Amino acid sequence: MTEITKKTILEIKEGLKKRDFSALEVTKAFISASEKNKNLNIYNTFTPEKALESSKISQQRIDRGEERLLDGIPIAIKDLFCTKDILTTASSKILSNFIPSYESTVTQKLWDAGALMLGKVSCDEFAMGSSNETSCFGNVINPWSKRNGKNLSPGGSSGGSSSVVSSGSALAATGTDTGGSIRQPVAFCGVTGIKPSYGRCSRWGIVAFASSLDQAGPITKTVSDSALMLNVMSGFDDKDSTSADLDVPDFTQTCNDFKLDKVKIGIPKEYQIDGMSPEIVKLWQQGSEWLKDRGAEIVEVSLPHTKYALPTYYVIAPAEASSNLARYDGVRYGLRNSQDNLDELYAYSRGEGFGYEVQRRILIGTYVLSAGYYDAYYRKAQRVRNLIIQDFQKAFDKVDVLLTPTTPTAAFELGSQLDPISMYMNDVFTVPASLAGLPAMSVPSGLSEDGLPLGLQIIGNQFDENSVLKIAANLENQASFPFLN
Amino acid sequence: MPIDKDIVAKVSNLARIKINNDQLSTISNELESVIEWIDTLNEVNTNGVEPIANVSGQKLPLREDKVTDGGYSEKILNNAPEKESGFFVVPKVVE
Repeated sequence: MTEITKKTILEIKEGLKKRDFSALEVTKAFISASEKNKNLNIYNTFTPEKALESSKISQQRIDRGEERLLDGIPIAIKDLFCTKDILTTASSKILSNFIPSYESTVTQKLWDAGALMLGKVSCDEFAMGSSNETSCFGNVINPWSKRNGKNLSPGGSSGGSSSVVSSGSALAATGTDTGGSIRQPVAFCGVTGIKPSYGRCSRWGIVAFASSLDQAGPITKTVSDSALMLNVMSGFDDKDSTSADLDVPDFTQTCNDFKLDKVKIGIPKEYQIDGMSPEIVKLWQQGSEWLKDRGAEIVEVSLPHTKYALPTYYVIAPAEASSNLARYDGVRYGLRNSQDNLDELYAYSRGEGFGYEVQRRILIGTYVLSAGYYDAYYRKAQRVRNLIIQDFQKAFDKVDVLLTPTTPTAAFELGSQLDPISMYMNDVFTVPASLAGLPAMSVPSGLSEDGLPLGLQIIGNQFDENSVLKIAANLENQASFPFLN
Repeated sequence: MPIDKDIVAKVSNLARIKINNDQLSTISNELESVIEWIDTLNEVNTNGVEPIANVSGQKLPLREDKVTDGGYSEKILNNAPEKESGFFVVPKVVE
């Protein structure tokens, strides 16, 4: 059975079709891998019985030759997606007893395609964090920790989603990305993930953090598997007015295109920052060489407002969060700290229910939106955001995609990043594409001297996921990354 | 922009988050360093640049102003910490 958990989605699909194994056997293999990896603290809610039950329905369809795209594929769901009748906590004490009466659009699409749910996996509280340490259920451990004997962070916020795939406990997971929450943890855990263009996937039923930035995306081992998942997850939804009313192309079509003649790859010079580890610089150059070998032209480009992206993000994201999280009031759902006075009921419920990082961000957001500061901070950040978008537009007049590192360092030790700004710096390469709503993907491309995974990021033009996937597939093909499982 | 304990107390009241007095100075130091960092945005000349909120370039769709949903207060009340006769319960707010 160990064999099964090392396979990709495409390999499992083929094996199911050829009757090499059954959907039940596949499901049992991933359930037992999940149990074996219990020490990694990945699951907030484990639902093996649900996966087993659905595997029978998948098998019946496979037997009839009527299999759907993801029939018999066990996946994990970030605990930020509402799942009907199944606990959905956002890894927060304030939602620790919340059982949705509805299903998010993205997860519904996955179940309709035959995917099987292994459970809900951990993340930073309300997706606010870059280490998975802000979860009220404690941090997830990066599966690569056992390689060098340190307790490493899986990154965040989609730390559980990245660890569950990296440890071979699920074939894929859903993630969400607001400023890098898919790309940074997949880089830390040595797996692959894409944040599609803003609007590509419906946000309906996903616990909101920052509505102008939040996007769902898949986390898998390979680029082709991500493309397949994205085919299922994408599409217009009339329940999310910001979802894009555009045709969804077949994202798998460019994943086997290894000719890069006439492709122009931009290298943004402003991404060469102080404090970046030399091995990451080396990997970045290696990535350029790999693409050049396939016929691509490498072009230096400039994104002059890059250094203002993080401070812009830390105005806009907390501002939107402070509005979105106003709904947790101790009255309609979630934790309540009973008081005699209504204002105190709100304040004590929120003081008890929100963790420290979430409180800090709500306070920042409230401050920048408060009377007298709105124009100085929030409006200003929205204007700088416009300049950051224009930088990208100018770059994409010259090149097809951009190649950058995903993170400035490999995975760090749990508990090692103490002040907020150094933690926020983890997202220095991922935040700009988020602010511009662009598709961006991280591919595991090499190992550090300590033997830890390093990722390269490909950023594409708006709604041009296919170019991103094509370049990602080329890097993957050249890198031959040594997956943990 | 210095952020003192009074500002933190005011903002936490606006945000309806109860913060213990012994935490006020830690939080004010942290907020001050974050706000100082955010102040680097003042280096950017944004004269004549429009503030942007919608990045997808998609037009928000319009629909008829019709009720399309509802009629399941039971479901909605399922997660309420306290409910009575089809209502959420809060402390008395009018004397």
